[in-house]
Formats: sequence, C-alpha cells, structure tokens
Amino acid sequence: MSNPTNLKYTREHEWIKDNGDGTATIGVTDFAQSELGDIVFVELEEPGFTFEKDEEFGTIEAVKTVSELYAPVSGEIVAINEQLEEEPELVNDDPYGDGWMITIELADASELDELMSADEYDQITA
Amino acid sequence: MLNRTPFYDIHEQAGAKLIDFGGWEMPVQYAGIKQEHHAVRNGVGMFDVSHMGEFYVSGDQALDLIQLVTINDASTLTPGKAQYSAMCYKDGGIVDDLLVYMLGKDEYILVVNASNIQKDFDWIKHQNSFEATLENLSDDTCLLAIQGPRSVETLQKLTDTDLSGITFYTFETGSLAGFADVTISATGYTGEKGFELYFNKGRVDAEAMWNAIMEAGQEFDIQPCGLGARDTLRLEMGFALYGNDITKDTNPLEARMGWLTKLNKPNFIGQEALKKAKEDGIKRKLMGLMIDDRRAIPRSGYPIVNENDTEIGHITSGTRSITLDKNIAMGYLPIEKAEVGTKVHIQVRNRTAGAEVVKPPFLEKK
Repeated sequence: MSNPTNLKYTREHEWIKDNGDGTATIGVTDFAQSELGDIVFVELEEPGFTFEKDEEFGTIEAVKTVSELYAPVSGEIVAINEQLEEEPELVNDDPYGDGWMITIELADASELDELMSADEYDQITA
Repeated sequence: MLNRTPFYDIHEQAGAKLIDFGGWEMPVQYAGIKQEHHAVRNGVGMFDVSHMGEFYVSGDQALDLIQLVTINDASTLTPGKAQYSAMCYKDGGIVDDLLVYMLGKDEYILVVNASNIQKDFDWIKHQNSFEATLENLSDDTCLLAIQGPRSVETLQKLTDTDLSGITFYTFETGSLAGFADVTISATGYTGEKGFELYFNKGRVDAEAMWNAIMEAGQEFDIQPCGLGARDTLRLEMGFALYGNDITKDTNPLEARMGWLTKLNKPNFIGQEALKKAKEDGIKRKLMGLMIDDRRAIPRSGYPIVNENDTEIGHITSGTRSITLDKNIAMGYLPIEKAEVGTKVHIQVRNRTAGAEVVKPPFLEKK
C-alpha cells in the first residue's frame, strides 16, 4: 500500500489529515499496522481531551506488543472512532480509512507544516 | 550476525516478519498471528523450530548421565518413547525444560530451548563423569512442527508410516516426502494433535521438505506459523516458557511441574533442595489468571496486587487469548492467594483490573 500524498506523517508512524475547517484526523500508517501485527485493542482519550504536540493520546495493543500513540500536533479531541472498540482490526485492514482514530480541533494549524510529506515518509520506511 | 535456519529464504519469500529470538533470526508471523493461531486450532499449521537444540547422548552410562541431570525418571522410557522433563541446579532452580527421546539402548536425544543450547550443553558436559558421550547435533538438525486437527491427514500423504499408530509422546523414524531417516514424533507445544519432524539438514533438502508439506496441506489451508502464534497457542494451554514462567529462580514444584519431579528416583541434581522445599511447603505457585477487563491486556512483568494495592507477584506471560477472546496470564502467587477462584488485581499501566485465579489450561484439553 502506498502512503496517500494528501496526508502528513510523523516519525512515530502516524498520519494526519488537514480537513480544511480547522480540524484534522489522525491515524497510524500502513507501516505501523504492519509492524504491530494483529491489533486487538485501541484505547483512546475521550472527546474534550486536550493535548500538546508529542503528548500521549492513546494506546494500541497488538497481540505481541503495546504501543503508545503520540499527538503529532496540539489540539482538542472532537471525535473518536468508536467503531474501533468493537473492531480494532479496522486499523490493520484500512489504516487510512475506516481505521482512523481521532479527529481534533487544531490549536495551531502551522504545526502541520513541520510534519513530513508522503515522499519524506516513504524514505524513512523504505 | 544472527543465526539462521535452513528455512530462512523460505520465510523471507513467504513475507514473514523476522525478529531476533535468542540470537536467531526467526519468523514471528506470516499472514498474521490470529489467522495462524486459528489454523492450528481448526486446521493445520507448520512452524520452523529448527533453532531448538538437540544433544545426542550415547554409551554404556548414557542413562546414568541423563538420570543425574534430569528430574523426571528416564529409566521408565523404552525405545520409541519421549518424556517431558527438566534440569535443575543444586538449589532446585531450573536450568531448562526439555524432551528426552529414547532411540534405543544407550542412545538418547535431548531437545532443549534455543536460547539455552550452549548453557545446557556446558552444564551436562560438566556433570559427565560417566562412560557417556555427549554430542551437540543442534547445527545439523532441522525441526518442523506440524500442528492441528488436520496434521495427520496432511502428513499421511507423504509417508508410508502409519501416523495413527504414533501415539502421544511416541515417535518413529521413517521416510517422509521421499527423504529417509525422518524422526516423526507425536509431540508439540500447542495443545493440538500434531507432529514434530526431526531431520538432518545435510541429508534432507530442507526447502523441498517444507514445500512438500505445504502442498500436502493445501487442501486444509495449511498456514506457515511464526513464534507469535506459537506463544499464544502455548499460553492458552498453560505451557511454561523458559525465561518467562520458569527460570533459574523458580523451582519445578512451584511451577506446577510436580508431576514430572520424581523426588524418589535415584540421585539427581536438585533432589535434596526440592525434597526440602516440599517438606517445608512451597511458598508460591504458578497459576493462571483470567482478567475480567477487556481493556487490560496483561504483559510479562506487570504487577499482581492484592485488595490493598500491595504487590504480591508479577505476570510471567500474558496475552489476549485468540481462541477465547479474553485476556489471560500466568504468574506466581503467594500460596495463600493461589487457590482457584481467588480474586486478585493486576496493574496494566495506568489501570487496575480484576482477575480470577484459575488452573491452566485456559482451554479444554483435547
């Protein structure tokens, strides 16, 4: 699977999509889900939770490993993907679509500029 | 540089994710742990476990050496039979768990854990004041485990040896997939019907063997399985893993291996310490925990606490059980808390979850 070019990426293997209305959606990359293996549980902070860039906003449990989720930018959670509670495997099956994790209200949209493009991200995972 | 088994190229071609396991570059998963796990429970799966160690013990006093270093009674073996056993230090701590195969009079094979090969070999050699020859065959021996309810049908296509005649913990040597001298052993680490195949890598084309088994199992949707599924499968059965559940700091009595600790056989290393431990009464016991919180997946090292949040033990192995879809773990509990049905808690990072003490296996034995 190639990494969509309309997204921004982090070194912690998360993607973030600028929704153009002051909000952004965050998930983990195809590389991340493949490295983690079968995901059995995704624990996310609730809507209303605010965080600074690099703060933890959730945890992914795979069969063999546990991995923390770090906020790529600052903001406040406005929605979480509640389907993941029942179907965490969506992260494996469709990491850039139905496997999204949270939508946030951006605190500072300029933070997005510091993140990697798909090309740059391809290079660190190649 | 990590060690590789003769199946390394096959694993790579099959898209396996490879990890460093005790100095070996081994597949942790191919298609996914869940899919591989279900294949073994419901169909058939194949594991490359060639990293495990094999020692050949022979000579007039081969049995004497084995009796001294192992805690089970190897004198009850007859040719063609295998026995689960363990080796202990003088203080009763566990050196390793192992299988003892009796090939014939004065001829045995010991099968040990990959990460302990050198340690075990040195240990046994050090105890060898007998007329016994000890040979490390690990580098030349391949081991494939074919496990699951369809394992018999899969392998029967490849051999004239009647597999239904090989009962649990017995073995025969025959030809398989056109290769002679394959040891077909009805053993495994999954709790399912299955076989382990031992063969010499110089005499058998390992890749051809693998491919023949994959082809024979195709109609049952055979899956190559990695160490990830091996771990979830063994944990559902409550089988101990050396390094996690049993170590030099645990003894077989507290590890619920009393059934194989033959305290009354002739002298063996650890006997005095274990007899005394039994007389004094064991202080802790390796038990299962069924966690009642779906969100709390137990991992090795997480604390087990009592009602006052005081640590009373820690988890030695834990996972989300793929068959049960529940969180399960094993750990040592103080004897007063080790009774089945006792409620304890475990700490999973920032949360505390309830758990009930159970006696493994977590699944019904088949």
